[in-house]
Amino acid sequence: MMNVVTARFLKFRSLRPCYTNINFSLRSPCRGHRESTSQAPKHAKQAGRSGFSPAASSIYDWIGPPDRLSNLRLIIYHIPENETPLERELRHLRQETEDWNHEFWTNQNFTFNKEKGEYIQSQLSAKGLSERDDDGRKRTLSSEEMAVFYKHFLDKNITRHANYNRKWYRRNFTITFLMARVTLHNMWRTLTGQTRGTVREKGKTM
Amino acid sequence: MYRTSCSKLTGAWKCLPLDGLVGFSVQQKIFANASRSRMSARSLIQLCKKNQAEWITFQHLCFLKRQYVKSSTGLCQRARPKQEPVSAVLDDRDDSMVRQVQQIPALKPEPGSEVSTCATESNQVEPEADRAARLEARQWKEMRVQYSDLPEIYARLSKLKLTALVVTTAAAGFAMAPVPFDPVAFLMASVGTGLSSCTANSINQYFEVPFDSNMNRTKNRPLVRGQISPLHAVSFALACGIPGVTLLTLGVNPLTGFLGALNIFLYTCCYTPLKRLSIANTWVGSVVGAIPPVMGWTAATGSLDPGALLLGAFLFSWQFPHFNALSWNLREDYSRGGYRMMSVTHPGLCKRVALRHSVALIFLSALGPVLDVTTWTFPLVSLPINLYISYLAFRFYRHGDRQNSRKLFFCSLWHLPMLLLLALTCKKSRVAQDEAAVTSSSASLAL
Repeated sequence: MMNVVTARFLKFRSLRPCYTNINFSLRSPCRGHRESTSQAPKHAKQAGRSGFSPAASSIYDWIGPPDRLSNLRLIIYHIPENETPLERELRHLRQETEDWNHEFWTNQNFTFNKEKGEYIQSQLSAKGLSERDDDGRKRTLSSEEMAVFYKHFLDKNITRHANYNRKWYRRNFTITFLMARVTLHNMWRTLTGQTRGTVREKGKTM
Repeated sequence: MYRTSCSKLTGAWKCLPLDGLVGFSVQQKIFANASRSRMSARSLIQLCKKNQAEWITFQHLCFLKRQYVKSSTGLCQRARPKQEPVSAVLDDRDDSMVRQVQQIPALKPEPGSEVSTCATESNQVEPEADRAARLEARQWKEMRVQYSDLPEIYARLSKLKLTALVVTTAAAGFAMAPVPFDPVAFLMASVGTGLSSCTANSINQYFEVPFDSNMNRTKNRPLVRGQISPLHAVSFALACGIPGVTLLTLGVNPLTGFLGALNIFLYTCCYTPLKRLSIANTWVGSVVGAIPPVMGWTAATGSLDPGALLLGAFLFSWQFPHFNALSWNLREDYSRGGYRMMSVTHPGLCKRVALRHSVALIFLSALGPVLDVTTWTFPLVSLPINLYISYLAFRFYRHGDRQNSRKLFFCSLWHLPMLLLLALTCKKSRVAQDEAAVTSSSASLAL
């Protein structure tokens, strides 16, 4: 059951609506929203996790509530007009990192909860107890018994966690460095008097 | 401009039958006014009763749901601070909104969040702020910097309360040094230490965003909530760290500056990554906690004396009962988040180490007079509190349950300030030391 739910969520996340405007076909289909010129932004039939579309005139990114499975927050990125290649690269990287993170943590939480449930069941059946007690409440194990499971889970996944850690640090550094480049680039353009459709100053951007 | 949840309602209204749109504009104004001027429930209901015949059930229900608190006994009229966020009902479910015309959806607790006992216990630091954050957490927010919120954001980013504690220990180290009190150096050392601590905490949060999101204790941090960007956090850290270390190096002395920089490095580059790799992180973290009083001492004297190391040793040993007790009740979160802590992987060691170091505090206190840091009264006066924490650590060692770990943790919170205060009051007077030096030198001259 959980498998289906997880799979569906993962699938929908990758098909998240893209709030681009008329040039939908010309832009890469990734998640973001554009300012509207004359009409409300089009977006794909809502099949994703979020039913939210930012206000058409907003020029900021939007961050949502924590996801039920991964506890990470979904971000809808703003795509400015005349987005520079650097900005696009940053947006794609952030997008991709977010999806990668979401997948890892969804799996992590799902696996943890599944194994925890299995462990509790096996312990209870070893003791000869049913899953629910006479009042209909779920039986729980003592914290000492659970601690055995927690330790086992950590030890089992140590390599996976270490790999994730390494990759996450690298991505985090890259994103921040790229953000710094974008900010400096935009500041330089502002200082040298170059403009484009929307000027993004340091104070406005996140 | 309406808040996000209001705009969701306006969107939903389009799905409803036409005769309901009669009161549309009136309702819009009411909502706008309500959100702006925070009218009381009673006056709003009075206003709404005028248009009762024209109101659609769904809007009425939604509006009333905003004002009512759902309790176990049923709906109550007075708008009290909500336990469960009502706006959770208006969560991301488009097609269900039309269905809600027929029924009031039952409020159910959000999965795996507020009711977690771990959260309520480990959130002693900011319970009120967390509740407010929970309510906000359900909504979509624009990622723009709210300049009015920045002080609070920075306070959370730099863990201001922890920083204050660190500065206190550094100040205690400064005060314990057997030299004349220099207020300027004291101020500069305190500010420098505080800034260094802000830097270290900010970088720590910057590294740990996805992990913090998944742990109840830390899920309301600014970077997790997207209140500022990672670049902003790093810039803040640099803006604190560079002046902080510079202030310590140039304004106090290079040794203190070096210790400050070392501490930042140990915390951000050793402790933070180690948390996910090995239980050695606790020992590294204890060293990080021990360095500030040493910094205070070196700020005063300019040299690394045995007295400085003794104060550092106090803090080092104290960290173990403090942290081991805290981490005992967070084992599930640590395990799920992939943190390797003693409490999860080596529970026996965890309890032993906590006990060992609590007892060590007694012996360290006895070293005070030996190293001429304090008078002989200090070990006696501090014996009661040291015995008490050792007793609690022993109970924790024997029983290892939630109650004993909490007792030990809370005891550690007041034990450290008490210990430092007692040490200060029992500080070896400089006058007595000088007199002793003079008499010994005159005695040697006489010979």
